[in-house]
Amino acid sequence: MKNAISEARFDFVPLALMAAVALAALAFIRTPSTWVTLTVAGLAMGLLIFIMASGLTLVFGLMDVMNFAHGLFIALGAYVAASVMKAMGGTLAGLAPAMLAAMLAAGLLGLAFERVIIKPVYGQHLKQILITTGGMIVAEQLIHVIWGPDLLPLARPEALRGAFLLGDVALEKYRIASVSVGLALFVALAVVLNRTRIGLLIRAGVENGEMVEAMGYRVRRLFVGVFVAGSALAGLGGAMWGMYQEAVTVAIGAQMMVLIFIVIIIGGLGSVTGCFVGAILVGLVANYTGYLAPKVALGSNIALMVLVLLWRPQGLYPVGKS
Amino acid sequence: MIRALLSGDLPRSRMLSVFLIAIFVSLAAAPYLFPGTRSLDVAARVCVFVLLVASYDLLLGYTGIVSFAHTMFFGIGGYGVGIALARLEPSWAAIGVGVLAALAVSAALSFVIGLFSLRVRAIFFAMITLAVASFFAILASQLSDLTGGEDGLTFRVPELLRTRVNAYYLVFGIATVMFLVLLRVVNSPFGRVLLAIRENEFRAEALGYRTVTYRTIANCLGALAASVAGALYALWLRYTGPNTTLDFAIMIDILLMVVIGGMGTMYGAVIGATLFVIAQNYLQDAMKMISEATKGIPLLPDLFHPDRWLLWLGVLFVLSIYYFPRGIVGQLRRGR
Repeated sequence: MKNAISEARFDFVPLALMAAVALAALAFIRTPSTWVTLTVAGLAMGLLIFIMASGLTLVFGLMDVMNFAHGLFIALGAYVAASVMKAMGGTLAGLAPAMLAAMLAAGLLGLAFERVIIKPVYGQHLKQILITTGGMIVAEQLIHVIWGPDLLPLARPEALRGAFLLGDVALEKYRIASVSVGLALFVALAVVLNRTRIGLLIRAGVENGEMVEAMGYRVRRLFVGVFVAGSALAGLGGAMWGMYQEAVTVAIGAQMMVLIFIVIIIGGLGSVTGCFVGAILVGLVANYTGYLAPKVALGSNIALMVLVLLWRPQGLYPVGKS
Repeated sequence: MIRALLSGDLPRSRMLSVFLIAIFVSLAAAPYLFPGTRSLDVAARVCVFVLLVASYDLLLGYTGIVSFAHTMFFGIGGYGVGIALARLEPSWAAIGVGVLAALAVSAALSFVIGLFSLRVRAIFFAMITLAVASFFAILASQLSDLTGGEDGLTFRVPELLRTRVNAYYLVFGIATVMFLVLLRVVNSPFGRVLLAIRENEFRAEALGYRTVTYRTIANCLGALAASVAGALYALWLRYTGPNTTLDFAIMIDILLMVVIGGMGTMYGAVIGATLFVIAQNYLQDAMKMISEATKGIPLLPDLFHPDRWLLWLGVLFVLSIYYFPRGIVGQLRRGR
């Protein structure tokens, strides 16, 4: 049985925009090998941001909750991964346990956070913003207590260092790995959201939560699940980002939060597809402008956001609410 | 007389009145009551932050909008004075030019941000301001020709202000006047409309008030007052840099002061800022003692490490949002 929503035509314009940005950059950069390197770097950055941002945007779509402490899960994931990698001697064998530990720790913290911090303030936006910011302050300090205030090194395993050479194009191995993980995750999310019963409920909840509850499903429970999964993904993203930078500080969370907010505003609050396109756009634009005009690069994300909002005030893929 | 000065908004609690009078008298006589550089510095900080927090309360407590860009306006004020004094000769005219330029920039910027994002929901505004403010902080550290980059700007002030006591009374006087002006604003018919918007936006709109206009004006007023605070702070420190004005940590401090002192009352700003600045300067000493006393017990010394003072204020912040949403002032007024 198909309904009106799934039959609605998919909006390809934002995807075309993505391609247009890449092609326009090629026209400016001229050297194809540089362009390929920059594009891969942009995709890697964008997909890492997508991993971190997807949970946040879903949580907002589902329960109208904006978690300003999302960066905390990112930082925690990075710290846990750094500790596990160090304990395992920094080998490739330690990679999977480190990532899993990062996801587990961030997911558990997410569960506790939802219970203690967010549950009492449903539906009160002002309090949500304040209380999650407060939670972030406390947790950031606790990270300092546990891991100390100094920068923590997070080395990549030997196998992920260096680059492949294709002709005169250098492709960093870690970037390729990030792109693969990010794409795999996007496909997995798309399959879960579009092909499973849980996904159907989540999408229905985003569309109209009250109606889903009226049909006898517990949106709240669904929400807790999404919140924990989103936190775990943030933890994974944080671990991968930390490894990308090869160092971890508490500031990693706050730095990424700004990018994540820009991404989910560009994509349309609550939309996973929008988050994906927005993240890649931000990643690409950041890398292209960083090469073409380093002085302007810092403002490029804000400029991108303003332009997108002038074009589509609700973001690339508006979600029914708001 | 006093009623007129306070715009008819009296403290309405005996304890609160006592605290406020004590704070006012100590600040007014600070150079004589507490001689010494450090305590005078603490007093000047209190004055600046009372003004800054009061201007933030106009947004958060009275209008019900969360902005993360308040430090940006604070910084614009500081950099306005800083750049003018560093470029021109140290004169009052230079200060005037700097302050006016800063006010103009702040007004324009807050107007644009407000117009862009106050139409939609509180969360959207909070996210946009966070992004813009972080961009501004990066911009200030990058344009090092103009702003001195990470090092900031050190500058000379006019002859009269080189005496610390004179400088202090300039800060104190302007902060007091600005505070009374803000008190006047929130107790005016305009302020009542802001409260109505906070309580129920839909109803305020239905009564015929253009909520976007009111919010935007409130946003601009808050930004202007924050810029004045920034200018005062720069004049007091004779320095402006990213760490003293634009740092996100200061934004967090402001939030803590507003919430702990009491949202939606200007007096909350006085109590919150005073407590916080004193805690910032003296709590660390106390924590150092606890930390050393608990040496040997696992984890406790780390929790009480002097650098972790923000942890305890953060806990207080979360608790006060849950249990005392009107902060200290609200508690005092209830138990009068």
